Amino acid sequence: MSATRAAAPPAGRVAPDTRAGHDERGGSTLLRHLALTTAAAILLVAVSHGLEPFRTFQLATVAAYLCATAGLTVLTGLNGQLSLGHGALMATGAYTVAFCQRAFLDRSIVAGWTLAVSLLVAVLVTVVIGAVIGVAAARLRGPYLAGVTLAVAIVVPALTVTFDGVFNGEQGLSVPVEPPPAALGPYFPYERWQLWVTGAATLLALLLLGNLVRSRFGRTFRAVRDDEVAARLAGIHVARTQVLAFVVSAGAAGLGGALLAVLAQSASPGAFSLTLSLFLVMAVVIGGLGSLAGAVWGAVLLVALPDLTHTLTESLALPPAVAQRMEGNLPLALFGIALVVVMIAAPGGVQGLLSRPGRVLRVRWRTRRS
Amino acid sequence: MDRFLFLTLDGLSRGAVYAAFALSLVLIWRAARIVNFAQGAMAVAAVYVAYSVSTSTGSYWLGFLAAIAAGLLLGTVVDLAVMRFVDHRSPLNPVIVALGLVLLIQAVLGMIYGNEFRPAEPPFSRSARTVGGLAVGSPYDLFVVATVAAVVVALAWTFTRTAIGLRMRASAFAPEVSRLLGVKVGGMLTLGWALASGVGALAGMLIIPTELGLHPHAMDLVFVSAFTAAVVGGLDSPPGAVVGGLLVGLLLSYVSGYAGSDLTPLAVLALLLAVLLVRPAGLFAPVTARQV
Repeated sequence: MSATRAAAPPAGRVAPDTRAGHDERGGSTLLRHLALTTAAAILLVAVSHGLEPFRTFQLATVAAYLCATAGLTVLTGLNGQLSLGHGALMATGAYTVAFCQRAFLDRSIVAGWTLAVSLLVAVLVTVVIGAVIGVAAARLRGPYLAGVTLAVAIVVPALTVTFDGVFNGEQGLSVPVEPPPAALGPYFPYERWQLWVTGAATLLALLLLGNLVRSRFGRTFRAVRDDEVAARLAGIHVARTQVLAFVVSAGAAGLGGALLAVLAQSASPGAFSLTLSLFLVMAVVIGGLGSLAGAVWGAVLLVALPDLTHTLTESLALPPAVAQRMEGNLPLALFGIALVVVMIAAPGGVQGLLSRPGRVLRVRWRTRRS
Repeated sequence: MDRFLFLTLDGLSRGAVYAAFALSLVLIWRAARIVNFAQGAMAVAAVYVAYSVSTSTGSYWLGFLAAIAAGLLLGTVVDLAVMRFVDHRSPLNPVIVALGLVLLIQAVLGMIYGNEFRPAEPPFSRSARTVGGLAVGSPYDLFVVATVAAVVVALAWTFTRTAIGLRMRASAFAPEVSRLLGVKVGGMLTLGWALASGVGALAGMLIIPTELGLHPHAMDLVFVSAFTAAVVGGLDSPPGAVVGGLLVGLLLSYVSGYAGSDLTPLAVLALLLAVLLVRPAGLFAPVTARQV
């Protein structure tokens, strides 16, 4: 163990934490978060009436990704554990929701509540898987943890092909989803219903995560990230805290994967490849590791950048063979460049650049001096 | 028994490649305290260069040399242009930057060559030969083992018997003192990256003909296997990397031979977890501790 410790100093912070952890604004955190969530929900409903169906669907996809990026922010940004395996956890959620929905359909149980039950089961199953990985992860540091989670990210999609009798191989499973309830009227657009479902689930998850981050548990997460020895001296059980962070993060990722499967109405290994795991890391790093707001930027970027590059390649009028190669790869290249540049030039990410740049500079200056 | 012998020989040949690749990871870890997660993507890029050279000139060996040269060059560029500027205080930062490089390199390869499998022909036959009733492996297996053995011996000789090897070890273990004594520590670091990347490119050249073919993601699972090999031996120990590589090669060969090749990824994950949970510093850790 000693070599591992020597290799990875305990101060596993990536970006300077712009929020000092304690609540300097006063008032009840729960009330403020409830108000924020309600405002976001109202905004979402209003926006969903103004957008065309494709944009509505994109917004729903942002919401689904947001679950996963918020979970990863809690793990990596607040607890200092880097996971490259969150794509695999999303796959777990997606396949669980597929199995549940198909089981409901087989028993011809058709009701509005089935989807909520399926999503809940998906979260629970991912939490169990996350606990198993988390127990192993709590004993590992830095590159070792990254290596194990990378192996998970590569192996889990491969399992769906190995046991193709259960998971139906590369094809994947279809996810039967109910149409919008009749009470909303016969011409209610399906995309708007999708946005409402994913938006509601995501806002609920964000509310819970936001409160957790501001609670005693959130403070122990940050304490363990900043200095494990000091945290232990303060009476914090380090390993237990790390497992808890992993479990919470896995639950959020599972919900994100489940929502993605519900949106796509299918769960297939291609959708949850290693690239997705790397995308999630990229999203939280570029968004900013310090706060949940960074996760929002990351999720928006995950959906917006491929769309932008698509418009770009179309406007360039390239020959079809070249355009086809550019199509899938240009966003990847941009993500890669962005990841490298952000990590070198602005470790605080977008959120770090936006919020209190003066404070970030002061923290940096202080660390350089020490 | 015949099957066991065949699988053992196959495993040793595969293991030799994992050993070379693990060695490239260990080289960078010792020099810079970075696990280079981009090593697989860099190796694939070098093999694509070989593919281009080989198809345009018709010579496998020109392509082979081009791959090594591309590997050396890529390692130099990655260190000078990227890794030099990364804040090393947190061990997460270099890992995240390397992941960005993975995305970038694989995307660029996909843009130039397309995301389909390209055939990669081995220079020698891959059908097993028997001498006097005993299986001795295919000519290609012999070529692989001989090449890796030559590289290992050359590296060991460089690091233990030459002045440049001494300087590289010195700048890795005591950068400040080495700088005071007139060693160009930065240059040694770049040389370490170039060497490691060259060895990685060689490993890529050797393993890709035995797999499905050339593809931007062809080395993903190989990287995980080689990382496992490096961890089994201990990230700090070059002999450990060689032994770990051979062990992982044998394990994968037995698993795919007796239980089905679909299960090899799962076996790698199980081995990696088992080693990290039982003996996280690797099998060879005490030996290195005494060397230092």
